Amino acid sequence: MQRFWPAQICGWGKPRIAAFEAIMQLSEIERDAMAEIANIAVGRAAASLRQIVGHEILMSVPSVEIMSREAAARSLAKPGTKTFIAVCQSFEGPFSGRALLIFPEANSLELVRTILGQEMPLDDVADIEDEALAETGNIILNSFVATMANVFKRVLTMSLPSVLRGDGGQLFEGPVGADDLVLLLYINFEISQKEIRGYLALVMDLPSLETLRSLVRDFLEAASR
Amino acid sequence: MTRTVLVVDDSKLARMVACKALAKLRPDWACVEAGDAKQAMDALSVQKVDISLIDLNMPGGGGLALAADLRRQQPDMPIAVVTANIQDEIVARVRELDATFMPKPLTEEALAAFLAGANLRLGKAAHRSV
Repeated sequence: MQRFWPAQICGWGKPRIAAFEAIMQLSEIERDAMAEIANIAVGRAAASLRQIVGHEILMSVPSVEIMSREAAARSLAKPGTKTFIAVCQSFEGPFSGRALLIFPEANSLELVRTILGQEMPLDDVADIEDEALAETGNIILNSFVATMANVFKRVLTMSLPSVLRGDGGQLFEGPVGADDLVLLLYINFEISQKEIRGYLALVMDLPSLETLRSLVRDFLEAASR
Repeated sequence: MTRTVLVVDDSKLARMVACKALAKLRPDWACVEAGDAKQAMDALSVQKVDISLIDLNMPGGGGLALAADLRRQQPDMPIAVVTANIQDEIVARVRELDATFMPKPLTEEALAAFLAGANLRLGKAAHRSV
């Protein structure tokens, strides 16, 4: 399994560094639990996507890393793929943040054509590209976040989706505060018979990640009791 | 009759959940854990396994390939493939292997139903071979 390590953290006060390091160092069983919960949530989301596109969705085994936004941006960048398109939705509840469904921009039109059907002319597809992406992303992200909420038996509310374009850094840019961390659920999914791949990521601030981590611990405790 | 259940999942959490539910439902049955397909086959070579619960999405060869191998070795073994991936193609492939599809997160009710059916099936198979 490929692992991405956080960028060097420097120039910050000591307590903050300690807090960052503490949250980034998930124990093996915490990482396992987060990956498993993500696996369940993505499985549900993949089934929703399958309904939309009519092709089987192949997915990788998830890996979970908590890292700075810069490191997350770097880990997305692959040779030949510098710009991405993402559907983004904020969620709020005991822990809050943003959920992103990310595709290489080069895949975007093909994805929309897959959703709408190949017979639609390319010009028309381009016209409703964002709308189709937002709607598709909405279904997948809702199914992902709702499954997570159900697993933790908590309520999470979701905002409306928005479509973002840019490099990794722009996608993970937050509205406020530079100290958001990214819980990068590195799940590669691929639409069979199509050259379309994507990722899912959750961006959360430090308090939210700590809450999420304590929910994971409660969940583990309940499972082992 | 006491049975041995093999639980194959790369997630320790998922194995904990399955074994805990199993211990509650069938306290006298044994639970054997494996973290991947290879460990599962190793476990099978050293002990008798009656029933298998297999995760779908695992590194180093998925659950469907393992289920097919187990089916070849033990044609009568009740096998359940456990996954949140409820796509039609997956469900169809699970059924082709004469295995049971069980959604994740695993519930006690779903497991109880599967185990009851599995126990009956094993009883009938034993009866046939006498």
